[in-house]
Amino acid sequence: MKYSFGRAAGLVLMLLFSAVGLARIDTYQFSDPQQEDLYHELTQELRCLVCQNQNIADSNAELAKDLRRKTYEMVIKGQDKDQIVNYMVERYGDFVRYKPPFNASTFILWLGPGIILLLGVVMLIRIIRRRPATTEPLLSDEQRRQAEKLLGEQDDAADKDKDKDKDSTGDK
Amino acid sequence: MSKNRAFIPLLIFLAMAGLFYFVLMQMNKGEYNPRDIPTEFIGRQAPAIDLPSLFDAKARVKSGDYAGKVWLLNVWGTWCPECWKEHPYLLELKRQGVPIVGVDWRDDRDEAIAFIKQKGNPFVALGFDPNSDTAIDWGVYGAPETFLIDAQGIIREKHAGALYPQVWQEKFARYFQSSKSAE
Repeated sequence: MKYSFGRAAGLVLMLLFSAVGLARIDTYQFSDPQQEDLYHELTQELRCLVCQNQNIADSNAELAKDLRRKTYEMVIKGQDKDQIVNYMVERYGDFVRYKPPFNASTFILWLGPGIILLLGVVMLIRIIRRRPATTEPLLSDEQRRQAEKLLGEQDDAADKDKDKDKDSTGDK
Repeated sequence: MSKNRAFIPLLIFLAMAGLFYFVLMQMNKGEYNPRDIPTEFIGRQAPAIDLPSLFDAKARVKSGDYAGKVWLLNVWGTWCPECWKEHPYLLELKRQGVPIVGVDWRDDRDEAIAFIKQKGNPFVALGFDPNSDTAIDWGVYGAPETFLIDAQGIIREKHAGALYPQVWQEKFARYFQSSKSAE
């Protein structure tokens, strides 16, 4: 209890410093807030090529760092979004974009989930529609009689067992 | 009919298993690499290179010096194990007269110089690219990567990964057979 204050202060300090450690190292200066917005938009939309499932804003890979710097340089030079995205796509292909364009090689990507959903709905409707058609009785008359007979026998047997139990207890 | 239907899940399973087996075999043979990024660059004009030389920061390495020749661009770094592996083969290509321009990418200058001094220099010129300027310009995402540029300055081939004789025969050799443009 004596050192709890010091301990708490230490923990707070550690938390503060860990936050500093996590913050992005490269802090770029923008004179134009619109350019800053464009920079953030682009780094969110461009994919880190070596880590694959991150954008370049989130990645600490060396290549991502350099791609951020390249993006920054192009933004500062006054290039617009299309120009910068085109530059990257020319070099790294559509793969570099997190929002791939709709074209012949990506149509499955865009339409696939919809097609699968549609197939599922169609199959579901067919299954549901087919059901009322099978209203014929589950058992034929003869089967029903047979079943009743068997069930009746079982009941009889159960009754006999009960009687036996009674007898045995009676003996004691 | 309903009896046959019971086999449908099994058939789907077998089809999937077959597909996975096929893809894994392709990966094992090196014919398919899921991390490969298709290059958009084949058949396009090569971006200009203007880098400081690794050995002499004042000298420049320029792609314009090789106009009219068939040449290779090799992007490497001492931090890349595959580059160590392919190094002896690059030296062999140099002996065959293939001009290779090197780009030392994201490297420590002293380490790179020591590496070349110790293992030999397969490059006709060696640029130093610590900030990925040329690497990004050429759409490089890993090392080593090798490009083939023809006499018109157009990129004809690209190979990501170490150069081996097999890759050389399949992709690059034919560009050096007809014309002895090396030298």
